[in-house]
Amino acid sequence: MIICTNTMDYPLRAQCQRVQKQMVVNGEKERVSLLFMKALVSRGSVDTVAQQMAVHPHYLESFLRTQHYILHMDGPLPLPHRHYIAIMAAAQHHCNYLVHLHSAQFLRVGGDPLWLQDLQAAPARLRLLDQINKVLAHKPWLTSCAHIQALLKSGEQCWSLAELVQAVVILAHCHSLCCFVFGSDADSNCSSFSKSPNGTSPKFCFIDSANGNTNVPPSLSSSPDLITHRRSLDSSSGMTCLKERIQKSQEECEKREVRLKTQVLQQADLEEEEEVICSTDSSRFITDPDFCYKEFAQRDDDHFEVFRVQDYSWEDHGFSLVNRLYSDIGHLLDDRFRSVATIPSLNTHDLRRAIWNYTHCVLGIRYDDYDYGEVNHLLARDKFYIKAVACFPDTTKTPGCRLSWTSLKPSEQIHVNLLIMEARLQAELLYSLRAITQYMIL
Amino acid sequence: MQCFLTERSTMEKMSRVTTALSSNSSSSGINGVTMFCHLDAPANAISVCRDATQVVVAGRNIFKIYSLEEEQFVEKLNLRVGRKPSLNFSCADVMWHQMEENLLATAATNGAVVTWNLSKPSRNKQDQLFTEHKRTVNKVCFHPTEVYMLLSGSQDGFMKCFDLRKKESVSTFSGQSESVRDVQFSMKDYFTFAASFENGNVQLWDIRRPDRYERMFTAHTGPVFCCDWHPDDRGWLATGGRDKMVKVWDMTTNRAKEIYCVQTIASVARVKWRPEKKFHLATCSMMVDHNIYVWDIRRPFIPFATFEEHKDVTTGIVWRHLREPDILLSGSKDSTLYQHMFKDATRPVDRANPEGLSFGLFGDLAFAAKESLISGDSSRKPYGGGDRRNPIFFFKKPDLTEQFAHVSSALSVFETDLESNRMDWFVKTAQLYLLSGKPFADLCDHNAKVAQDLKRPQVSTTWTMLRIMFSDPANLTMSGCSSFSMKDLAAERALERSKCENRLDNIHLDPTNSHITNVNEENEETEGSEGQAEYMFGDAELDDDDLYSMEHDNTTVEQEEYTLPSEGFQLRHVIVDHPSAPEHLQQDRADSPHVSGNEAEVTCLTPIESFSLISICQPLYSPQLTASFFCPIVTEMLTFYAEQGDVQMAVSVLIVLGERIRKEIDELTQEHWYMSYIDLLQRFELWNVSNEVIKLSTCSAITSLNQTSTTLHINCSNCKRPMNNRGWICDRCHQCASVCAVCHHVVKGLFVWCQGCSHGGHLEHIMNWLKGSAHCPAGCGHLCDCLVVRESPVFRPDLDRPILTWLGLELPRPDQFLARTGTTACPS
Repeated sequence: MIICTNTMDYPLRAQCQRVQKQMVVNGEKERVSLLFMKALVSRGSVDTVAQQMAVHPHYLESFLRTQHYILHMDGPLPLPHRHYIAIMAAAQHHCNYLVHLHSAQFLRVGGDPLWLQDLQAAPARLRLLDQINKVLAHKPWLTSCAHIQALLKSGEQCWSLAELVQAVVILAHCHSLCCFVFGSDADSNCSSFSKSPNGTSPKFCFIDSANGNTNVPPSLSSSPDLITHRRSLDSSSGMTCLKERIQKSQEECEKREVRLKTQVLQQADLEEEEEVICSTDSSRFITDPDFCYKEFAQRDDDHFEVFRVQDYSWEDHGFSLVNRLYSDIGHLLDDRFRSVATIPSLNTHDLRRAIWNYTHCVLGIRYDDYDYGEVNHLLARDKFYIKAVACFPDTTKTPGCRLSWTSLKPSEQIHVNLLIMEARLQAELLYSLRAITQYMIL
Repeated sequence: MQCFLTERSTMEKMSRVTTALSSNSSSSGINGVTMFCHLDAPANAISVCRDATQVVVAGRNIFKIYSLEEEQFVEKLNLRVGRKPSLNFSCADVMWHQMEENLLATAATNGAVVTWNLSKPSRNKQDQLFTEHKRTVNKVCFHPTEVYMLLSGSQDGFMKCFDLRKKESVSTFSGQSESVRDVQFSMKDYFTFAASFENGNVQLWDIRRPDRYERMFTAHTGPVFCCDWHPDDRGWLATGGRDKMVKVWDMTTNRAKEIYCVQTIASVARVKWRPEKKFHLATCSMMVDHNIYVWDIRRPFIPFATFEEHKDVTTGIVWRHLREPDILLSGSKDSTLYQHMFKDATRPVDRANPEGLSFGLFGDLAFAAKESLISGDSSRKPYGGGDRRNPIFFFKKPDLTEQFAHVSSALSVFETDLESNRMDWFVKTAQLYLLSGKPFADLCDHNAKVAQDLKRPQVSTTWTMLRIMFSDPANLTMSGCSSFSMKDLAAERALERSKCENRLDNIHLDPTNSHITNVNEENEETEGSEGQAEYMFGDAELDDDDLYSMEHDNTTVEQEEYTLPSEGFQLRHVIVDHPSAPEHLQQDRADSPHVSGNEAEVTCLTPIESFSLISICQPLYSPQLTASFFCPIVTEMLTFYAEQGDVQMAVSVLIVLGERIRKEIDELTQEHWYMSYIDLLQRFELWNVSNEVIKLSTCSAITSLNQTSTTLHINCSNCKRPMNNRGWICDRCHQCASVCAVCHHVVKGLFVWCQGCSHGGHLEHIMNWLKGSAHCPAGCGHLCDCLVVRESPVFRPDLDRPILTWLGLELPRPDQFLARTGTTACPS
């Protein structure tokens, strides 16, 4: 790419020089700055999401590497298609931030602007993805090999298995990224970014954010009320779990209603004009707006069994399959899952596991070896938050909500969001890969 | 076949004897057939009891004991009792004690370790319950000789050793790394066990020392799903991992040494050494691949035997008896339990293709094939009695089924004569041909001349023909190549004469030469050889080309309609005219006496050229003959060349003719030709030509070739080390690479720099800068502009690449930015 514009202003000049001066000893800081600088010079921008994640540089690195790989590196799908799929995925959760971001990138890699008018303008092949996109976004447990079959059955618009796997990875990545965007409220403070015509925002100053965030001391004192919770060691059977579950869902329903009522007004204030544009914006890519998450435990029919991790796990099954069909992605995703688990924050292991397993639980994935009573102990009031982020990461439907752990530092809050995001990513991958496995056995 | 049967029965006797000798087990002489039964639910693991009469199947929703009858499985006991069984019944692994036949242990997915006592009178046989692990228990293992010792490995990273007489574990081993996937007691060393981990490590522990492992090594990248000690060789440990490998480690040395490695096609879920066979092991996979393979580790590239019965992944495999190598049991996710007999296994080696073929650097050809295929005669003895029906062989190697099929191959090497394969003409032609950039007629003429110079008359003539066929008349006269004017016949003739004389000289000079080359060329142009030979008599090869080629190009059917004059020239004349419409013939005939009269005056054969030109040009003046008239024949001609192996000609003509012919030829064929030609060009390292061809081609598949592998590796200008492939910042010195002196941005494309002061930047920025100032934009005071102006011949057209004062990066096609940089070079 040759940058040759005659009338070019050079706003980054000062920044580059500052960056070089800033290269100080602090290893972590340096690492983040370097990552940002790389992203900046290769993409022309550092998005808000990356800024937020910069608190956890290890994770940020593997996240950026994965994202770069699936969207820009070798793969069976053409570049514009990848971004279009990302748009479709983000639109499911009305995540305007991602829709804008990928629309810009879509155009930059030579996509047809017509497609952006609405889903009907896109090729039929991409429209076929809508079904699985919808299901994965809202009710991933419905994913079945019938979906895979429908896409792969030979015909003019048929998908190849390799293409489908990449598409599914992009879908899952973007859905889960919507969760993070929603959870960290990146959507609302990025309007300037998304509106810049070619996706680059020259006003952007990443140094400040990097510095600001690295002020957080790496060692954290965990909030006292968290450690006082004693972990229950008894492996209680399903009955108690069920009771808790019912209780839990009831109180959540109540909570949600209350919150909805109280926050309607705020919402109206916050998102006046932007909302108007944006909601019309992303709904162009949705065909069935009423299709949305439903309490897994309260699903009407018992036809869909609980997904048992012990029967189909990422480490044993998912990895091998995805790596086989889309080379190297397995390692990259593996790296993401590992690094999110090893982030040196939220240093109670149990809390991390509770967040992860609860996120999986609301998406219908259960662990045999986990006592879900712990969730109630550890996450008590924040189950609603986790569920909202994992299942309704949609500002148009759910009012923004906050973690009630007021004692949490920003970096810890971001860690919670990251855990939810990764758990959801893995959940969607597990469901879709299991469907593909079933398809392959047929 | 009979021989085979008798051999098997003796074999069984022999094995019975050995079993009886080596162990006093009651199971001597296990018989069986390949059989299966349906389970109610997917199995996760299976295990056999010591006397090999019963098998236990465990899974999430199944826990049953089947007895192994002669020809079927019979369900003996369902251990899964209770209306709503707890998660303790959901088994990840199961093991039947090898000393105590009533004792079983299961690893539950909820982290419990459960033992079962079959001698209990109640329906619920559960004996002990250990809930010390916090996560799923992946593996349980009884000590091979100790009755009460049980070992478990769990997802939480701990291994625990239980004494079944006590209520809790006696020792806990912390791997200090990730989840434990497998634990196995050593068969021979009483105190040793091996553990494999999800992070790729394998650890060796002494059961008496729970504080730290004896030894640790990294066996695989990614999880090690399984390990198995060799039943006889105490030092050998086999491991299988997600990286699709099976490795055999020798543990007797100080450092664990990898002695064998088998690459499978999917992640390895289980590995089990085959009893009585030192080098055999069985594997099954966790994903995608449903087969069970038995490998001879000395031949890691092809499975020794394959069992292909399962429809879903195999989750558990176990050899039925410690001394019985021929019966394998397996459980699968497809809810079936199988007993596999070795004699029914598939032998992939039988279906493998033992023939090989390879070209050497200089065109030598090596060919290896089964001896039986190569030598039909009995004079060549097959190696080592590989023939299975050979009765003598039976005595030598009684265990016939245990051998890899011996294939002795004969290797033949065919040498090629170096000279006969010389491709000089190809290289020269490729370099000299012009494919674009000039008018069509010029291109044809040029190429015709090239071919002629290379002594390829047929090709040369084809080019000339093409020019004549496809040029419109106006162009033809303008092209001036023949300096031919119909209006001035007299002048023309004078010219001809002079030409003739020149030619005569030529001919006198190299008659021998032409003969030689012609002989050479007969090799490649087989079809043309006849015609050529004919013209040898005329010994005016250069001029005959035209005619010869026409003869070839035009279908000879019409030729027969005419009674041919005995004179050779007449003959050619007629042929030439035939493709044109018949009415022109009359006109042509009228001309011909005139011309031939002319000819007669000349004593040599040379006027042919002019002669042919007249005769061809005339039809072209008629409005009826459009270029498309020739298309079918040209298509045929191109196909002919391509089939002859001269794909160069086919592609060159295709490019030069461009739109004139493109639509006539199948897109796929064109693509095929292009690909072959480009491949050839690249083999001869004619990168420039190949690139030109790629650019000029009209197939989308070909033009896109230039867009692949366009990676450019750069080094940091500061520390001279290679740059990371992402971004433009050096990882080491944190400098932006190649910053533009004008805009201070990273330059991502053309970097133009001054050789005087070595500052530079974006091409256009520098251009603009130099319009306003003669000094270096970096402020170093260097008068960059002067340097450029002084050195005015920036490009030397005679060179392949331009010499650039202001160019650090060269592009494959310099002429593209030649103009742009040209203006930079002389701004004033």
